[in-house]
Amino acid sequence: MTSTAIGVRKRIQINTILVRLSIFLIGLGVFSWLGVNLVRGPADFVTVAIQGLNNGALYALIALGYTLVYGIIELINFAHGDLFMLGAVFSASLLSERLHAVTSTPANWGLLIMTLILAMAFCAALNVSIERVAYRRLREAPKLAPLITAVGMSFILQFVGLHWVGSAPKNFNTVIPTTSMNVAGVTIRYSTLMIFALTIPLLLLMVFVVNKTRQGKAMRAVAQDKDAARLMGVNVNKTISFTFALGGAMAGAAGLMYEQTVGTVSYNLGFQLGLIAFTSAVMGGIGNLYGAVLGGLLIGLIQGLNDGLPIGLGQRWSQSVVFGILILLMVYRPAGLLGKATTEKV
Amino acid sequence: MTTDTGRLSTPVMLDVNNISVAYGAITAVKGLTLNVREGEIVTLIGSNGAGKSTTLRTISGLLKPKSGEISFKGEIISGTPGHEIVAKGICQSPEGRRIFSRMTVEENLEMGAFLRNDHAEIKADMDRVLELFPRLQERIHQKAGTMSGGEQQMLAVGRALMGQPKLLILDEPSMGLAPVLVDLIFETIEKIRSQGTTILLVEQNALAALRIADYAYVLESGNLKLEGPAKELANDQAIVNAYLGG
Ligand SMILES: Nc1ncnc2c1ncn2[C@@H]1O[C@H](COP(=O)(O)OP(=O)(O)OP(=O)(O)O)[C@@H](O)[C@H]1O
Ligand SMILES: [Mg+2]
Repeated sequence: MTSTAIGVRKRIQINTILVRLSIFLIGLGVFSWLGVNLVRGPADFVTVAIQGLNNGALYALIALGYTLVYGIIELINFAHGDLFMLGAVFSASLLSERLHAVTSTPANWGLLIMTLILAMAFCAALNVSIERVAYRRLREAPKLAPLITAVGMSFILQFVGLHWVGSAPKNFNTVIPTTSMNVAGVTIRYSTLMIFALTIPLLLLMVFVVNKTRQGKAMRAVAQDKDAARLMGVNVNKTISFTFALGGAMAGAAGLMYEQTVGTVSYNLGFQLGLIAFTSAVMGGIGNLYGAVLGGLLIGLIQGLNDGLPIGLGQRWSQSVVFGILILLMVYRPAGLLGKATTEKV
Repeated sequence: MTTDTGRLSTPVMLDVNNISVAYGAITAVKGLTLNVREGEIVTLIGSNGAGKSTTLRTISGLLKPKSGEISFKGEIISGTPGHEIVAKGICQSPEGRRIFSRMTVEENLEMGAFLRNDHAEIKADMDRVLELFPRLQERIHQKAGTMSGGEQQMLAVGRALMGQPKLLILDEPSMGLAPVLVDLIFETIEKIRSQGTTILLVEQNALAALRIADYAYVLESGNLKLEGPAKELANDQAIVNAYLGG
């Protein structure tokens, strides 16, 4: 008895030592790789990192939608990436096709802001309707039912996109100039500045809404216990709708920014970006708002550095690196970076 | 057994009229009729699975009765969504506490006052609750999920009080508590009533409940078995043996 106990303890000790050692080696490898690149070309390094964060900001905005919905009804909303795609398509067709805002003039900037607001409203309304029509009735059903419904919803949205823009990727001229500026050898695209200028206030607004407003309080209560929230007088359905609206609005904003920085939209855009954003949410700890932002920025940064640094694996390995890191992280921290292992009393 | 002695002569506040409640094919409450008068403590007793919690959840609007109706202060509330029933003045501390474990004690109490806007009075009520349960005061910034079971139970009762209920529903408020704390909870319930709140109480500890209640209903597998003044039931040895496990 005791000898097996000691044997088990020894094995556990060896395991933790192995884990520490492997983390240490991985860390050492990453740091020396970053170090060598930083020394060889500091300006390039920063350029690439900023570009990575630029994508990361978009991932973060989309990841918020996954994490908000998961946090409140424990559903992985597979349709969310496609909602983002429709946000991008909506923005492109409104701003470039209908309003002909294809150059960087002050008037067009006004139209851009207006389109941003409309795209956010459009995606918010769409997301609320999706919940109302497809998910609400399945709220008490076994988890697999809403999940498969979400997959179906994803296809439906893709087909809407397909009819809207056709099967081939479509290029648009943008209001945001495609040029960049140079600061001490560091290249920063104007579109990147716009993304930061729009994303940061949106994220702050989001944090404010969730932490400081009555609606945010209701959201947190519903996320923890729906019946208890109801007993406090919280309108659970309305609160869930509000959550979908919030997530949808962020996806709409991300859609406009994507379309304006990349200049191309396609009906299947949501699949890959959605997957990466979902990964960001998981990496940060799904259900945790800050985790979604952190995960998004981190994945953007990792991709940026991996794809852009002169010494590195390069773009072809981009996804493998991201998911490799995700898998490693899940092994050591299953709840994600900021997710807490639940220690709740029954 | 249906004597009306022991009841207050105040108006009926809650009137549950012949309700049946089902979970799918299982009918958990069958044709139950009961009422609570203003200022009373009424207790609902019965063994496990008798349908007590089901009844309370139905009153609070978490479940809809299959038939029958419930009225509160003369207004029919069966069919009204749960969150609107709270606004009418019915607050419940549910079975199993159901506190918001990732919120602090203070945030939980604030959630209890979710529908209120009278900030000064909310503050005063919070002070009153913390005076009732000094233990909560000590842990005001602690995450509720990390508190002991007994502390969580006090929080659940305090949270329900924060809604300024006209009718306070308590589902097993002494569950899992040490004997000293059980006494404290019962004392507190009497204190709350003396401050003017009407109470509908469900308790595992039926004899203790009968001691503080005015009137009692006994449920058995979803049916109303008997009712009567609480003191009378508590003193009837046959009833104590049959239904109260005493
Ligand atoms: N969600 C549910 N789905 C199906 N049946 C349920 C559900 N909740 C309760 N029941 C059943 O309804 C009956 C009454 O349950 P209820 O919780 O009202 O009993 P109770 O009197 O509160 O018991 P206890 O003293 O154990 O709390 C039980 O037979 C129970 O199994
Ligand atoms: Mg019960």
